[in-house]
This record gives sequence, structure tokens and C-alpha cells, in this order.
Amino acid sequence: MRKLLIVIALLAPPALAQASSNNENLDSVHIDLADRLSLQKGANTFVNYCLSCHNAAYMRYERMASDLGISEQLLKDNLMFAADKPGELMVTTMAPTDAKQWFGVVPPDLSLTARSRGPDWIYTYLRSFYHDESTPTGWNNLLFPSVAMPHVLHQWQGTRTAHFEEVDGNKHFESFVAGVPGQMTESEYNSTIRDLTNFMVYLAEPAKLVRYRIGFWVMIFMVVFIVLSYTLKKEYWRDVH
Amino acid sequence: MMQSLLHWIDERFPLTKVWQEHMAQYYAPKNFNFWYYFGSLALLVLVLQIVTGILLTMHYKPDSTLAFASVEYIMRDVPGGWFIRYLHSVGSSMFFVTVYLHMFRGLMYGSHREPRELIWLIGVVIYVALMAEAFFGYLLPWGNMSYWGAQVIVSLFGAIPGIGEALAEWVRGDFVISDATLNRFFAFHVILLPLLLAALVYLHIVALHKVGSNNPDGIEIKKNKDKDGKPLDGIPFHPYYTVKDVFGVAVFMMVYLAIVFFVPELDGWFLEKDNFQPADILQTPPEIVPLWYLTPYYSILRAVTFEWLPGGAKLWGVMAMGFAIVLLFFLPWLDRSKVRSIRYRGWMYKTMLILFAVNFVMLGYLGTVNPGHVDLIWFKNVTWAQIGLVVYFAFFLLMPIYTKLDRNKPEPDRVR
Amino acid sequence: MTQHVNKRRRRLLTTLTTGVGLVGTGTLAAPFVASMQPSARARAAGAPVEVDISKLLPGQMLTVEWRGKPVWILRRSERMLQGLAELAGKLADPDSEVLAQQPSYAKNPYRSIQPELLVVLGVCTHLGCAPSRKFEIGAASGLGDDWVGGFFCPCHGSTFDLAGRVYKGVPAPTNLPVPPYSFLSDSRILIGVDQEEASA
Repeated sequence: MRKLLIVIALLAPPALAQASSNNENLDSVHIDLADRLSLQKGANTFVNYCLSCHNAAYMRYERMASDLGISEQLLKDNLMFAADKPGELMVTTMAPTDAKQWFGVVPPDLSLTARSRGPDWIYTYLRSFYHDESTPTGWNNLLFPSVAMPHVLHQWQGTRTAHFEEVDGNKHFESFVAGVPGQMTESEYNSTIRDLTNFMVYLAEPAKLVRYRIGFWVMIFMVVFIVLSYTLKKEYWRDVH
Repeated sequence: MMQSLLHWIDERFPLTKVWQEHMAQYYAPKNFNFWYYFGSLALLVLVLQIVTGILLTMHYKPDSTLAFASVEYIMRDVPGGWFIRYLHSVGSSMFFVTVYLHMFRGLMYGSHREPRELIWLIGVVIYVALMAEAFFGYLLPWGNMSYWGAQVIVSLFGAIPGIGEALAEWVRGDFVISDATLNRFFAFHVILLPLLLAALVYLHIVALHKVGSNNPDGIEIKKNKDKDGKPLDGIPFHPYYTVKDVFGVAVFMMVYLAIVFFVPELDGWFLEKDNFQPADILQTPPEIVPLWYLTPYYSILRAVTFEWLPGGAKLWGVMAMGFAIVLLFFLPWLDRSKVRSIRYRGWMYKTMLILFAVNFVMLGYLGTVNPGHVDLIWFKNVTWAQIGLVVYFAFFLLMPIYTKLDRNKPEPDRVR
Repeated sequence: MTQHVNKRRRRLLTTLTTGVGLVGTGTLAAPFVASMQPSARARAAGAPVEVDISKLLPGQMLTVEWRGKPVWILRRSERMLQGLAELAGKLADPDSEVLAQQPSYAKNPYRSIQPELLVVLGVCTHLGCAPSRKFEIGAASGLGDDWVGGFFCPCHGSTFDLAGRVYKGVPAPTNLPVPPYSFLSDSRILIGVDQEEASA
């Protein structure tokens, strides 16, 4: 009877996990923090495109370089955006007052976006932009309607418009209509965004690179200690009847 | 040399005496089972939370403009900081896991019954202090859920007629949750409540050792002693339970560390996603949800939706939530059974206890979801929460009746 | 009931379990201790400082901050350098015998890598005040007719020469510290990194 209770209590959290996920249809992205090349490519995109407007103010250049296997020289030549020393934090040069004026909102810091919104959200978001005459920037996004951010990477993805159908008074997305083609094919663009998302997962928690590995050894040790302490317990408890 | 040092100390401090009385010659029942690990495990978690907490305060900044960044500073710039942070955040959940299982053990084996009522009462005070400690601690990262969770709970004080608003302002130190609130919650979380908790845990153990431990059969081992005055069914705590508890610690730490290293967020159950965004007074999260361990009472709070009640639903919700906790204090006197342990109780108590436990878990779940949705079957969540509230209160309020009516089995003379 | 207690086995198991347990506890505690080490933020703030000395004329001194302390960079003139050798008798440690006060490459009569460029921390070795510069020769300095130029600490009167060496009979016990530094080029110095590390 008691065991049934425990089973019920333990089953509850996984079942409840369903309740915590949102109901957006997100494309899933394969994250692999062991894929260093992917992380490096993602870092390159991030520094050269995202840092123009967004902060990643909790991350230091130096840490990124050492974690991703990038030499200090390469870092200084290619990846240091408006900073002098590698130890500095990755901040943007866009002043918040200017951003407010130009976009109506200060672009949010991206350090933790992969933890607050999730990698699938980022991957889907960056691939859901479309051209829309009715917005201030001329761009809109399926996942984030009326977003203030323009399609920064449109030269890579290409320009397209979205076709909507009216169903019971609700606008329902039907399909994209291709426009000006981008420099990359769809699969190249998806791969680039995947690398960028991969990088952002790393950015949100650099410790992730090490904690699984350390955890594995800790588990081995704990098993050994459990066996030892159990043997010790059993030895003493032979006295008790 | 060690002997003479020990002798020197013993002449001036009751070291050996305390060791003998409370460890080497403290006779505990020999039939402790799985459920008896959780007291010592809760004590372990308390110590770990204090140690990791002290280390965190070396780097954390209790200022609304600096707090969020200081947590990321700990996660990235402080050597080993991420490990300390996760130990502390997972630790708070582990604290409640051990405490809830510890309390459930009490309900099963009658550890709240005479002569252990005071141990139970001190325990309930510890439970309440722990909930307060967790609540104050949760504001400190100054994430968006931290902010809005605190906003909601503190504004509940506003429901109290007359003095409510003034009280809420006094608690906050401001008209809304602000830097002033953060600073004082830091003082509560780091100093006031840890001191209180340490003192209460000490008193809890003193009270326990005065009467001696209960056991799964619910019988008093002191009734049967040998010629030396030692309980026949007792064994000295040291070495038998020290060595058993070390094993318990090993298993527990493996689970704890597995979570810390592999799933510290536990998909939003231990670290909420909304808290990875800094507090934003202009943007409320879609669902304001406390961490899992507070959700059963949050559910009871939200279950009271009847505006026609004098004073309004909010006031009665607060009172229901408060009363649900207060009921715990009355448990020793609500339980009228002639036997202590569930092993010898009739079917009524067994059914009510299992129902209570399942209901408590259900209430917890309902505290995490939108009351207007249908996430279980047939009824809206809020309706299930109302049923849950009734079952929760029924367990306590009907207890004098069903424990008296229950047909119990005869208790054994010696432990099994 | 009275079983034979294998004391040896118990002692062995207890020792083994305790030992492994201590190893585990120590490993758990290691990050706790490490967390008190300077963080990445502290190390970044204490990072090496690059200084451009191309515009520094003989007799001029500039001050930069490194690890929260003032670093003096003085381009000494010929006359300033000549005066250094004659002072030996008046100095407490003319040959920089106290090794802790300078890197090995600054243990020489000039206490510097290049003779004309002095790089030294402007922190009095008595109780930490910032000495003032006293480059005027003789009575005009206010330090007596035989003053040949150097530094004077206003807190308790300690005096140092133009190589940062401390005079005898003053409260300060040792020469001014020379920080690790190196030349990135003829016009750029890097404070905080030794010459060997820089060229590595």
C-alpha cells in the first residue's frame, strides 16, 4: 500500500511536466555541446550579428574563447566586438536610449535566452521571419507577432512573405511565398541557425560543458561508497536480532 | 595523550556525558525502517544549505540592480560557483522532500501521539519556518518569477480587513516589492530564519531524546527493559544507527548529486524558466506559480472563489490556507485512536491517510496549473482544488470521529 | 545471540569506509574552498595594463593603475642615472638584496630592464601611503642640499631615490616594489606580465 503511494508520488512529476510546456508548435533542434566546430561557428555569427544590438553581458570573451578552443589571437582578431581586453564582458555598443528610440524597446540581453525560452524557441524564431509592409521595420515573425526586431539575417535566408487564410474570423498561417532568394540554401541557413542556437545554449550555461562529465565520475564514486557503507552497516547489524 | 585531553575537557564541559546520553547509550528501537532515514537526512540538508548559503553570500549582492547579475556572476565567474548554486537550489527542494517524507512517517506510525506531542508541535513550527525561509530565499535571485511570486503572496496580507494594506506595506518596506523588500528578505533568509531553524531543530531533538523515539509498531520500547534497565527492543544509537545513517546519506547524496550534475532545473520544477529573466515590473509571467513544495497550500488559497462570502473570496482563501496549516498543530488531539501505528489501525484511518497523501499531491499539481483549464478529468482544475480542500480538511476535522470508530488490531508487546 | 564479532573486519571496514568518505567529503569541499579564489571578474580587473611610452620625454613620469595600485613609469635623464651609483652608502638596500621587492630582471643598479625606464609601484613600503615626487636637486626640494632627486612620503617622512631604493634611517624598511612588466615594443610596456611570459 505504502509502495503504491510512493509510486504515485514519483509518477506525478513526469506527468506534470506536460503541463509546464507551452502549446506553441516549435521545431526541435538538436543541441550538441560537444560539437566544438558548431559552437565556434555559432559564436562567430553571434558576435558579428547579434552583439550589434543585444548584450550578452554575463559572458566574458576570454571564457568563451577558452571554452570553445579559440586562441587568444583569433579571439582578438575576429571575435572581440568593441572591447579591448579579453577579460571584458560581451556588451553591445548600442546605447539603450538609442535602441528605445529606434525600435521602441531595448533589445533584451541574450545570455540566458536559451534557458528562459529554450533552444527550440530560438531555432524556430530565427527561421520564422517574413516580410511585412505593415510593420515599422518591414519585418514580422510567426512565432512573435509584431516583434520590434528586423530580420537581421535576411541576406542569408532570403526575403519571403506570408500567406494567411481567414478561418472563423481568425487569421491562420497557410504558407510562405518566396521572394528574393538568400545567399544560403534553406538547409545551409537551418544549419547556421542550428549552430547559433547551439552556441546560445552554451552561452546560457557554460558549466554545462563540464558538469555531465564530472557528474559521471561522481556517480561512480557514490556507487562505490554506497557498497562500502552498506557492507559496513551489515557487518555491525549482525549483532542485532 | 588524547585520554588526558578528554579528561581535561570532561572536568569542564559535559562532553563524554552528552556523547553517552545522546549517542552511545541512547537506546533507539531496533526496528527502524526506510521511513526513519529522513530525520537525519533533513538535518544533513540543513547543514548543507547553511554551508552553501554562506559561500553564496560571499558573492551575492542583495540590491535590486545587482542581484540578478550577481547570481550569473556566481554561475560563471566564481570558481566552482555553479556547483554551489545548484547544491543550494536543488537543496531547497531536497529539504522539502525529506521533511515531507519525515512528516508522513509521523502520520503513519503515530509519532505525534502522547508523549510526543511537543516534538510534533516543534516540528510543525520548523515546517512553517522552512516555508518562510524558502519564500524569502526565492526573491533573492530577483528573477521575474521571484518578483511576481513575492508580489502575489505579500499582497495577500492586504486581504486582512482594516490593517491589511498597512501590514503589506510594512512587510514590503515600500508600496510594491522593491529594493527595500529584497534587502530585508535577504536579512530574514540569511540570518533570522537560519538561527530560528537551528534553534528549533535543537529543541526538536532535545524533546525527542527526553521521551525516546517511536517506531513502526508504535509501541513503547521502554515498557520492556532488561536487568540493566536497557530496553529489550532497543539498541544504542551509536554505532548501529550512525552506521545505518551513513548508508542512508550515501544513497541520498547519490540522488541529490545526480540531480545537481544532470538535471538541476528538473524541467522547471526546481528552477523555473521565468526566473532566467530579470524582474520586470511591466511584464507578468503567464502563470505565477510558487515552487512545487508550496503549491498544495497555494492550491487551497486559489480554491476559494466564492465572492459572496463576507469580506470576499481573497480573504477566505487566505484564511483557508492559514487554517490548513494551523490544523497541523491540533493533530495530536484530533487523533483519538487507541493505537499509534498504521500497522494496527482499522481500515478507516488507513483509507483516510492514503486519500490525504494522494490528495496532497493532487493539490500540489493543481497549484501549478491554470484554475480555469481542465487538466485532470471531467471537472475544471478549480473544482478539483475545491474537492481537494474539502478532503484535506476532512482528514483532520473528521479524525476524532473515524479514529474512535475504527476497529483496530491488538498492538504487540514487543516489536516485530 | 552472542556471535563472534570479527573485530579485525569491523576495524578494516570502518577505516575503509571512513577513508573513502573523507575523500568524498574533501572532493565536495574543494569547490567550496576554490570559490574564495579571485574570480574571473577579479582577474579581469587585475589584468595586465598596456602603456604607450612613446611620448614620454626624459625626466617625465606617468602614472597608471594596475591591480588597484599606482604604477610609476619614469624616463630617467642621463643626469638622473649618473647620480644613482654615488648613493650606495646612504641606502638601506642599495643592491636590492631583498628579492621579494623586484623580479630578477630588476635586480641591478637601475632596478629596471632598460636603464632609462623605471617601472615601480608608488606605494610606500612603510604603511602604504603614496609618496610624492621630488625631482628638484638640492635645497629647492626642501630635503636638504645633498638631495639628488627621488621620492618623499608625506605620511612619515620616508625617502626613496630615483631607482625606488629606500634611504637609511627612515620608517620604510624596503625598496619600492617593482611589478612584473615587459616590453611589447620600444614604445609599449605591458605591466603585469614578466618578460619571459611575454615573449613566450
